[in-house]
Amino acid sequence: MSKKHYFSFATLVLFSLILAACAPAGGATEAPADTGAEPPAATSADTGADTGEVAPQVAAQGEILQRVLDRGTLVCGVHTELPGFGYLDEAGNNLGFDIDLCRAVAAAVLGDPTATEFVPITAADRGPVLQTAEVDLVPRNMTWTAKRDAEWGNFTIVMFYDGQGFMVRADSGIQSLEDMNGAAICVTSGTTTESNLANVFADAGLEYEAVIFEETGVVYSTYDEGRCDVATSDKSQLAAVRTGLANPDDHVILDVTISKEPLTPAVPHGDDTWFDTVKIVMYALINAEELGVTQANVEEMKSSENGAIRTLLGAGDDWGYTQLGLDADALARAIAAVGNYGEIYNRYMGPDGLSFTLPRALNELWSNGGLIYAPPVR
Amino acid sequence: MSKVKQIPFYRDERYLSAAAQVVSGLLVVALLWWLGVNFVRAAEARNLSLSFGFLDRPAGFPISDPAIPYTTNDSFGYAFLVGVLNTLRVAVAGVVAATVLGTMVALARLSSNWLLSKIALAFIEFHRNIPLLVLLFIWYFTVFRELPAVGESIVLPGPIYLNQRGVYFTWPRLIETGWVFAAGLVLGILASIALWNILRARRELTGKKTYFVEVSIAALFVFPLVGWILSGGEPFRFDVPSLQGFNIRGGLRLTPEFAGLFVALVTYTAAFIAEVVRSGIQAVDRGQLEAARALGLSGFHMMSFVVFPQALRVIIPPMISQYLNLTKNTSLALAIGYQELFSVGKIAINQAGRAVPVFLMVMAVYLMISLITALVLNLYNRRIQFVTR
Amino acid sequence: MAETLTQQQDSYLPPPAPPGAIKWIRDNLFKGWLNTLLTLISAVGLYFAISRSLIWFFAQADWTPIINFPILFSVGQYPREELWRIGGVLSALALLLGFSWSHWGGLLRGVSLYAGAMFLVLGALPVSHPALTPSMRVFLISLPATILLAFWIGRWRFVSKRMVMALWLVYPFFSLLLIRGLAGSAVLELVSTTLWGGLLVTFVLSIGGIVICFPIGVALALGRRSKLPVVSAISTFFIETIRGVPLITLLFLFSVVLALFLPPDARLDRLLRALIAMTIFSAAYMAENVRGGLQAIPPGQEEAAKALGMNGVQITALIVLPQALRIVIPTIVGQFITLFKDTTLVYIVGVNDFLGIGRSIVNSNPAYLQAQLEVYLFIAAIYWIFSYLMSLASRRLETSLGVGKR
Repeated sequence: MSKKHYFSFATLVLFSLILAACAPAGGATEAPADTGAEPPAATSADTGADTGEVAPQVAAQGEILQRVLDRGTLVCGVHTELPGFGYLDEAGNNLGFDIDLCRAVAAAVLGDPTATEFVPITAADRGPVLQTAEVDLVPRNMTWTAKRDAEWGNFTIVMFYDGQGFMVRADSGIQSLEDMNGAAICVTSGTTTESNLANVFADAGLEYEAVIFEETGVVYSTYDEGRCDVATSDKSQLAAVRTGLANPDDHVILDVTISKEPLTPAVPHGDDTWFDTVKIVMYALINAEELGVTQANVEEMKSSENGAIRTLLGAGDDWGYTQLGLDADALARAIAAVGNYGEIYNRYMGPDGLSFTLPRALNELWSNGGLIYAPPVR
Repeated sequence: MSKVKQIPFYRDERYLSAAAQVVSGLLVVALLWWLGVNFVRAAEARNLSLSFGFLDRPAGFPISDPAIPYTTNDSFGYAFLVGVLNTLRVAVAGVVAATVLGTMVALARLSSNWLLSKIALAFIEFHRNIPLLVLLFIWYFTVFRELPAVGESIVLPGPIYLNQRGVYFTWPRLIETGWVFAAGLVLGILASIALWNILRARRELTGKKTYFVEVSIAALFVFPLVGWILSGGEPFRFDVPSLQGFNIRGGLRLTPEFAGLFVALVTYTAAFIAEVVRSGIQAVDRGQLEAARALGLSGFHMMSFVVFPQALRVIIPPMISQYLNLTKNTSLALAIGYQELFSVGKIAINQAGRAVPVFLMVMAVYLMISLITALVLNLYNRRIQFVTR
Repeated sequence: MAETLTQQQDSYLPPPAPPGAIKWIRDNLFKGWLNTLLTLISAVGLYFAISRSLIWFFAQADWTPIINFPILFSVGQYPREELWRIGGVLSALALLLGFSWSHWGGLLRGVSLYAGAMFLVLGALPVSHPALTPSMRVFLISLPATILLAFWIGRWRFVSKRMVMALWLVYPFFSLLLIRGLAGSAVLELVSTTLWGGLLVTFVLSIGGIVICFPIGVALALGRRSKLPVVSAISTFFIETIRGVPLITLLFLFSVVLALFLPPDARLDRLLRALIAMTIFSAAYMAENVRGGLQAIPPGQEEAAKALGMNGVQITALIVLPQALRIVIPTIVGQFITLFKDTTLVYIVGVNDFLGIGRSIVNSNPAYLQAQLEVYLFIAAIYWIFSYLMSLASRRLETSLGVGKR
């Protein structure tokens, strides 16, 4: 296991050294490249062997949780251009559904929902920042896929069920997938929508011109300017963006859904404690809605008749999260900071939402016929 | 006696230099060691995959405007190659165009025509003092993306169509047997260069007339002509773009992203090249000009046989770095959606889930491009310097 | 170098006794049919370009996104109640400028006067604007006053040249402290760099980069020229690797990949990382520029110094470097201009510099999206002014140091 890594590392070092050895020479490249590259590679292999004995002790559990506690701030990789999920208000404050999830975790773990640092990342940065653990948590409109779970990090729990759709100009005459044959389609790079698009069009035997940008804002402004006939993404995103276009009524979101997009906050691999902590906060938000605990009534609910509520809020005797490092009040703080799942949803996308209105549909609680479901509190 | 006069070891240059080497070497090794240990630990903790095995797995993501046919079923390795070729495509075209434009601007700057010279100066000063990224945004977001819709295309003589979907040129395309002509053309150019060099060298050695000019020019024409005839008369046809339905069909199409990047890179680099060329020309000794005039050379002959060959010596080294800058600057295409090496690399990092291997590959390719370009041009530079001495 | 040449030629251009405007026009615009044709074509082109631009500029362009967000463009999300700190930094700058003007004059006089005049005009603008509060106006007008006051005080004996230089050295640290603040301080509370933006970030990055990259660049150049094989190999490897890759890859390396190579709890500030990447990149180019200067120093200089009994350090520090640096001043200033312009790239890795603010304003509102050209032209103009001033300064410096004339 570890040997494999040392070997790979040695190969990488060797590889870069060969490059390096080529670099300085203007003419006499060959000879020094060979001789110069071997010995350092050997030493780095030694490095591997030497540190190999100590490595298992160092790679302790709780590395990320520990650093969050040490630092006193939670670093979240977030969107800053997507109304409803992650955006900036006029004063430059981060707002949105995803932002509130981050604040809930900060409130639970650090006791302060503002103890957060928001790192703006693009869709294509999500994999790298998880893999390098550059950030502690990525609540950024991210689809959970089996492959990403294996390669990127640990996906906690689906907080938003979505599907990929298409937005077109109302006067374009496009109504179905087939109408899009030969169309120019704007899409964000590094997303599942990018690959879904390719697969669905290939299966249907349709042609299209992909116009791919890294910044979400550019994707839609380019579509709006007419460079593309179609913009594609998760339907929630399309709905959010449509409200911000110059003339929202000129655009329609087609009644076509080509994929399932479970949007899920994720944490880097390698720290089970941290993974559990974030999951428990997410469960708490959902369970709070189910149990009727809101931002306003958290305190009085602590003395509720219902044992499950008392347990959730840490007022019962059977608080079980101490081994994660959470104190009894942690989840109550999270709910007090951002409200329960339904409150967060409605704050941005409800009938009186800050951003736009989107019916909850799949994102209703399971008890109301939706898919939002958290394990029982006990 | 000698013991008294001996320099103490801490002032002995040999000791000092050895110590300096050991210390700096150790520092670097220690730094690398530390980084390596941290890396291995992180890779371990997050179970990172560092192998290059993913390269033959299907990539699964689309690439806009690929230089070679590409589908999402092609491998990551192939997608990476597409990225490299997209970089090279815009870099090579950009280098050629920037050189031409830059030289023209330099000549305008040096022109005795006051107005022309000041216009050239304004062009140079404008481009040299603003960031390339801003220029790129101006060209892409406010020019090429804002062109009229297909139905209202701007038509320039040629015909050239300009619209939101791109720039469409009339373009000669080889027919099926056209490769014979193309081969003839290439052969002709190669033969012509070879004959020129060989015959000229012989003349310089023996002093005999070898008619090297005539022979090489003849070679330049004979081979393509044979190719033309063998290919059946008309080896290429003009592919003329035309408005059909809601789209332009035919012709050579440049996407708005390519066009924006290309124009921004070319104008920006041309301003720097113009300064390089101008200082090169001005570096030629005045006496040379006077001597040429005294010999009765015309303006054109003076430029091409006296000034330019000498100016080249001064021009080539800074020109190399301008070419390299242009090549590296293609990476800014990320911001306007032209998918070259860096942006394909970033997507591959994301989709393959392998940050380190892909990142190393990207860096390696840029290094390789830089080194090979520098190597080739340095060799050429050495030749030029030698010949003219 | 090239610039000086034209400069000199231009000064030759007007003949001692101009025989009249008509002759000048005939010689410079209508000499021969080709020349006449060129003049006519460029004149017509120029006429259309300029008239169309003027109409657009005054009648059609929509400058609201720029007029609406002057503070956002200047400092980004920097807390508005802490703006006095930025004011303090500017006031200190005005003070130093005044002192330096009275001691050195020359170029600094021009810089002081222009900067002062600019602030005066801004402060006295006869328009009402939410950002131009009475206190802001007073502050803006106080800046030229400070410059003049410092100029006057600077003549007194107790403000020595040495003291002014020392103040300049302290100034960057003072500014940084004031802008960033201290954790746990009540008066100067910490302002996280994530809130910094706009011109503030652009200046922090470019000035920081310039100050730090210079010594590193010189060290690398000396290292590369060193006779010690290990030192030379390390320096060469570093320089060539960095110069071989685009800046954006380095920025990406430092903003994303770096975390893999550091201990898990180490987290560098994002602005700092961008600064490090910029500095490293720029240092490699700086090293090559300085090396060019070092190579131009005739070996006789070193030999003479040796003959005088100087040691290696003395020779480098006192004989070779000063001469080499003087030769490469134009290239070094060119390098600084490049660095200044290259700071725009940090916006791609999520740092809100001047360009980044412009982008976020454009993306924030469909109405502003229609005014993109105006926003980019404004941004370009600001960069242009600073870069042009730097190149102007370098030309002045060249003449005053007598580069190329000794």
